[in-house]
Amino acid sequence: MSELADILKNLDWSPLWISLKTGVVATVISFFLGIFAARRSIRRGPAARSVLDGILTLPMVLPPTATGFFLLLLFSKRRPFGAFLYGQFGIKVVQSWLGCIIAATVIAFPLMYRNARAAFEQIDMNLVYAGRTLGMSDTKIFWKVVMPTSGPGIMAGTVLTFARALGEYGATSMLAGNIPGKTATVSQRIAMVIQDGDYLTAGVWVIVVLLIAFAVIFLMNFVAGKNMKNLERW
Amino acid sequence: MNLEVDISKKLRDFDLRVSFSEGRKRIGILGASGCGKSMTLKSIAGIETPDAGRICADGRVLYDSARKINQKPQKRNIGYLFQNYALFPAMTVAENIAAGLSGTREEKRRRVREMTGRFHLEGLEDHYPSRLSGGQQQRAALARLMACRPEIILLDEPFSAMDAYLRDQLQEQLSEMLEGYGGTVVLVSHNRDEIYRFCDDVLIMEQGQVIRAGEKKAVFAEPRIRQAAVLTGCKNFCSLERRDAHHAFLKDWGIELFTEREIPEETTCIGYRAHWFIPVWAGEHPEYEGKIPPNSFRVQERRRVKLPFEMNFYLVPQGKRQPENPAYISWFAQENIQKFLEKKGMPDFLQLDEKQILFLK
Repeated sequence: MSELADILKNLDWSPLWISLKTGVVATVISFFLGIFAARRSIRRGPAARSVLDGILTLPMVLPPTATGFFLLLLFSKRRPFGAFLYGQFGIKVVQSWLGCIIAATVIAFPLMYRNARAAFEQIDMNLVYAGRTLGMSDTKIFWKVVMPTSGPGIMAGTVLTFARALGEYGATSMLAGNIPGKTATVSQRIAMVIQDGDYLTAGVWVIVVLLIAFAVIFLMNFVAGKNMKNLERW
Repeated sequence: MNLEVDISKKLRDFDLRVSFSEGRKRIGILGASGCGKSMTLKSIAGIETPDAGRICADGRVLYDSARKINQKPQKRNIGYLFQNYALFPAMTVAENIAAGLSGTREEKRRRVREMTGRFHLEGLEDHYPSRLSGGQQQRAALARLMACRPEIILLDEPFSAMDAYLRDQLQEQLSEMLEGYGGTVVLVSHNRDEIYRFCDDVLIMEQGQVIRAGEKKAVFAEPRIRQAAVLTGCKNFCSLERRDAHHAFLKDWGIELFTEREIPEETTCIGYRAHWFIPVWAGEHPEYEGKIPPNSFRVQERRRVKLPFEMNFYLVPQGKRQPENPAYISWFAQENIQKFLEKKGMPDFLQLDEKQILFLK
């Protein structure tokens, strides 16, 4: 027992903050990008759409380390694009917190995109037509009619995106590395302490992650439940 | 207010080619499902774009393929009532009504209050559409489109998914709500009763074409085209061989027809409404002894169906000559006739009233 108290007292909490920050930022980016992409892809013809769909969904299907490999190819300072970013703007992606965000976003984005698209496909086109004949601009129709009506689907997408971004390991470890206090996320810390045989510290982190996961899902369901009240259910 | 439509559009099963110019306030488009009537309405509203043609409302060009004009639906100022009303599910009634309004918050609120009052929605402002009854939804949808002060209102089969009782009520409600409205209303339906009670003029559509148009009474009295007669509810048809202006042979019923009225030359077929047959009992007419009365056929009952207020008989006709291609005849005996049927039994003959014969092609 005193061992546990000791661990808690001396625990470096930085992986928690890094994971949370990364998760939130990646979710926000994925939220807007995913909705934007979903809206775009719905308007495409079937051929362009399946190509777009394939590319956008790929990171979800590929092993995260494979995605990490591609990201490394792209952003490494020894490669043209990475060198350009570093030379022109001083932006360093590899071995930095930015790398964490990019890895988490790329991996989690397809969840947002696919859920948003599925939700938009369920929308009764008459709602959109009605909005147009009432003089509402397409932007207004989208934010005021389409988005709230597809609320539950968007919510589900957001929860899954956040959960995925929070727990990202493979691509993050390749692109951002495991630098304590900088890029060491909770999942990387758990893997690391397990390797050292420190099961008690790993257990503490697992409990922390569990609590966060429950809190997030509960919160999202609560908000979604409020929205759902106005919609028909089966 | 004048509505001019002259459009064509290639559809999957046929080409839509609709052309009409209407000055009346209430226009009905009658047609079977999938005849292109909804597509016509959507083209007027700007939700669908025709391949070519022109749409004008009161001189305002909404669409003109030759001049490359295609106004957005937002700019057309046309109200569209959808079959499912398309109320925004995540907005309250008040928010739905305000959705298309512009202006300050105070102006919008005033307009919403005015509309909820006019459409009897007081107390429902904060309700969501899923909590409203069918009638309330219709009023909310009307309030929402009327709030934008449209010049034209398009009604897309607003009653077709309802049971008869509710339909009657909502038709009345809609008529009442639109009473003070000064613009043009176009109602699309496959139900002749709806069109008849609501409209001044009617256009009958078939396979993407307007096959008959005009004042509703004239169109229902003289559909002229067989398909138009079907849509006005005529049940019995018989092909005809014209002998001269007053004589013809009704091929499917075996009747030699004589009429005082002139039979139009292009007539190929007649229509006869199921209510209009005149029953003839041989015993009451000694002059027909041993003969078939003029314009009549012998009744051979095949089936009878009892309806709540009338009797529907299916008969095999047999006139003076054997019909070439016998077709069942449907006869509706209304209450007043049922009394005689009970007393005197089935009539021996049914006679056509020449005034009720529809000459068709």
